[in-house]
Amino acid sequence: MIKIKIRKDIGKKQYILLAVVAFLVIIGVWAIASGTGAVDEIFLPKPAKVVQYYISSIQDGSLWENTKISIYRILLGFILAVILGIPVGILVGTFKKVEAVIRPLCEFIRYMPVPAFVPLIMVWVGIGENAKITVIFIGTFFQLVLMVADDAMSVPDDLINAGYTLGTTTPMTIFKIIIPAMMPRLMETLRMMIGWAWTYLVSAELVAANTGLGYTILKSQRFLSTDAIFGGIILIGLLGLITDRIFVFLNRKLFPWAEGGR
Amino acid sequence: MGLFQKKKNMLPERNSHIEANLANSKIYVKDVKKVYHSAKGDTLAMDHVNLNVLENEFVCIVGPSGCGKSTLLRMVAGLDEISGGEIVIQDRHIIGPGADRGMVFQAYTLFPWMTVAENIKFGLKIRKIPAKEQEEIVDKYLKVIKLEKFRNSYPKELSGGMKQRVAIARALANSPEVLLMDEPFSALDPQTKADMQLLMRQIWQVEKPTILFVTHDIEEAVFLSNKIYVLTSRPGTVKKEVRVLLPYDRDLSLKDTEQFIKLRKEVNGLIEHESL
Repeated sequence: MIKIKIRKDIGKKQYILLAVVAFLVIIGVWAIASGTGAVDEIFLPKPAKVVQYYISSIQDGSLWENTKISIYRILLGFILAVILGIPVGILVGTFKKVEAVIRPLCEFIRYMPVPAFVPLIMVWVGIGENAKITVIFIGTFFQLVLMVADDAMSVPDDLINAGYTLGTTTPMTIFKIIIPAMMPRLMETLRMMIGWAWTYLVSAELVAANTGLGYTILKSQRFLSTDAIFGGIILIGLLGLITDRIFVFLNRKLFPWAEGGR
Repeated sequence: MGLFQKKKNMLPERNSHIEANLANSKIYVKDVKKVYHSAKGDTLAMDHVNLNVLENEFVCIVGPSGCGKSTLLRMVAGLDEISGGEIVIQDRHIIGPGADRGMVFQAYTLFPWMTVAENIKFGLKIRKIPAKEQEEIVDKYLKVIKLEKFRNSYPKELSGGMKQRVAIARALANSPEVLLMDEPFSALDPQTKADMQLLMRQIWQVEKPTILFVTHDIEEAVFLSNKIYVLTSRPGTVKKEVRVLLPYDRDLSLKDTEQFIKLRKEVNGLIEHESL
């Protein structure tokens, strides 16, 4: 007799309830550990202090300024990677000759740690905005090309063949079959990539910046203000979660025809 | 001979008409050979395959599994290359796939982002048929496949049998010279399958498309066709051409008649010999 069934649906209400409980438990453990003095406040600030930090930095406007500049960097680096990476990825996933040229290169470069590029990027493009955007671009572009190529290759052969037997030429097959067929998976890819873009943003700002959320975290370390470090990390997590939900929402609205969508 | 082994640009142009072997032959397959190349060496999958499908004929290909019947169909469609011999459609050698040979696949191949009507319209749009005519053709074929109510549904809302009906309509709406069908009903449950066979036979009786239909189901082949080609096991070749001399107007009760059972057993015997 099986009591706990694998993959059994639990319904939306219970799902949300469990998710909220998980967050509350973490915050509870945190509050107890810091409030009872079990952990020194320098290592673990009280939740109330983090809230206080938010209030004061919202009041002096610094939080909004830093968030704004970080979002700006993310968007520019990410959009640049998307504009170049999607067409290249589609070509890699469609034509074996292009794949042979691009794929091994991308596989090679994507294993290079992005933070290691930072000094080089500073030499090449200086320490201005372009440096941060370049870091995000390098971090996302090569991965994106490979993932978009996989999305294009996931379109079933017989869907393409059906097009041929209905009269499509090669360009028509790309634009009228491969691209529309891969759209839901492409959106999923973009959703994952923007998550990574947030990671690289912090790498970029930790090293060469005097604004932004990553910089705020680094600066707080110098003054041992763990409340601000916590504040910065949690805020980045929240912004990541919001962008993620926006992508999920768009995917559902734009591609209602997709099979097995969540 | 050996024409297709040369480089692609050596092939005759698609529109250069050749002397066709028979005036009313739609698909003419002569001495076709298929070799698979691999690191271990070459495998001869098919050799000396000869068949002829006349205009308005409903022809089935049956054979033991692995005999290459689907590959043969894909070669006629231009989706697989032949290693030798010739395939002539009407009066042209084939070079690659084209709208003159519509195809229904075993897997579901409706475009999931298009509604039923848009799927049926796809080939017409590509061929730049006037919009008004497109609508008329869509209306006509929705009626033929009895799915008028599902005009604006997406494929994910359809059952397997309905999806295959739309796939048939999509292929027929494009008015191809021949319709190629690759085990289109093999994934369906027995009841749906029987319904689809009846519908297919009715469509053929009314519209008279020229059909080449691959199946491993002998009963299906006998019920649907005018002529059956039985293939041998690897290397596949035509073992026998069987004429299906059964009444023109067919319904499912035909399957219980003596004539039908006799013919089914005859074809079955030809294949059983092969799979041993």
